[in-house]
Amino acid sequence: MSTIQKSKIEIAKAPEGIEGPGFFATQIDKVVGMARANSLWPLPFATSCCGIEFMATMASTYDLGRFGAERLSFSPRQADLLMVMGTISKKMAPVLRQVYEQMAEPKWVLSMGACASSGGVFDTYSVLQGIDRIIPVDVYIPGCPPRPEQVLDGILQIQELAKSESIRRRDTEEYKNMLAKYNIE
Amino acid sequence: MSNTLLDNVNEKLKAKFGEGILSAEMHYDFPVFTIRKDIIHDVIKFLKEDEELAFGFLTTMCGLHYPDNAGHELGVMYQLHNMPKNYRIRLKTFFAISDPQIPTITDLYATANWMERQEFDFFGIIFKGHPNLKRILNMDEMTYHPMRKEYPVEDGTREDKDDKMFGR
Repeated sequence: MSTIQKSKIEIAKAPEGIEGPGFFATQIDKVVGMARANSLWPLPFATSCCGIEFMATMASTYDLGRFGAERLSFSPRQADLLMVMGTISKKMAPVLRQVYEQMAEPKWVLSMGACASSGGVFDTYSVLQGIDRIIPVDVYIPGCPPRPEQVLDGILQIQELAKSESIRRRDTEEYKNMLAKYNIE
Repeated sequence: MSNTLLDNVNEKLKAKFGEGILSAEMHYDFPVFTIRKDIIHDVIKFLKEDEELAFGFLTTMCGLHYPDNAGHELGVMYQLHNMPKNYRIRLKTFFAISDPQIPTITDLYATANWMERQEFDFFGIIFKGHPNLKRILNMDEMTYHPMRKEYPVEDGTREDKDDKMFGR
């Protein structure tokens, strides 16, 4: 009974830098990126069955909290990650766009499932044929609906983006041009 | 029981409205009446207020579009229910697509309010006397009535669906 189980918990690795006795020097971008990536506040915009799959992702078996994203924000002002899960009708489109515009920088968008990404089976006059027609999307998750493992993989991809982007990406020319394409100020 | 209901209602309607009742028949155990457009409001009012029939509940309504039915392309279907005695009938009325107007029945059944807005939204049927006839489900910017048969059900802006794969 004396065997001590080794902990399987891994702590996020420190970014590259110069280390010496009593000090550690690195780039501020990398530290901030690491902090952002491991404490995302997702805003779940769940409109249909993908939202149910997301609930499973949040619950204990898959536990999104392991990746630092357990604190859901139902206010767009405090959210970093907009998770669009489900069919978006054309009538809902302006609402989704307003939610995106209300989010503060930095912000990322994850499009979960066939409907949010392309309209899916709902090739019809009333359904938006992919949310990327109204807002920019960072990561697409395929599936109808995707399994929770896929959602976790999508979140990890967002984390990679958060780690590698500069802290003020909104000031870059590329980002401004991208927003201008969507007519977002 | 349903056949006697059909005959009973038909007898009463014929006595009151005569030639305005175009047909009365059973469709799968369900009595269906076709009514001339100009008397539809009076017929429904009669069915609701008659002491014996007393159809006090409007179960549902829907629009109809038969493009080949020249002069009577559009229609409205009403389904009435007598809750205490539990029997139901269906009424249909047809009119030309060039003049898609029909009297509202919101004065008889408050529940017809949203249903008539839906028929206006999807078929462009104008219910005269409706207190608030505007779109209810589709977005306000929509410029047509999508359930009319001449419009395709698909969105039409998808670029990933070509003729070869999807028969467009």
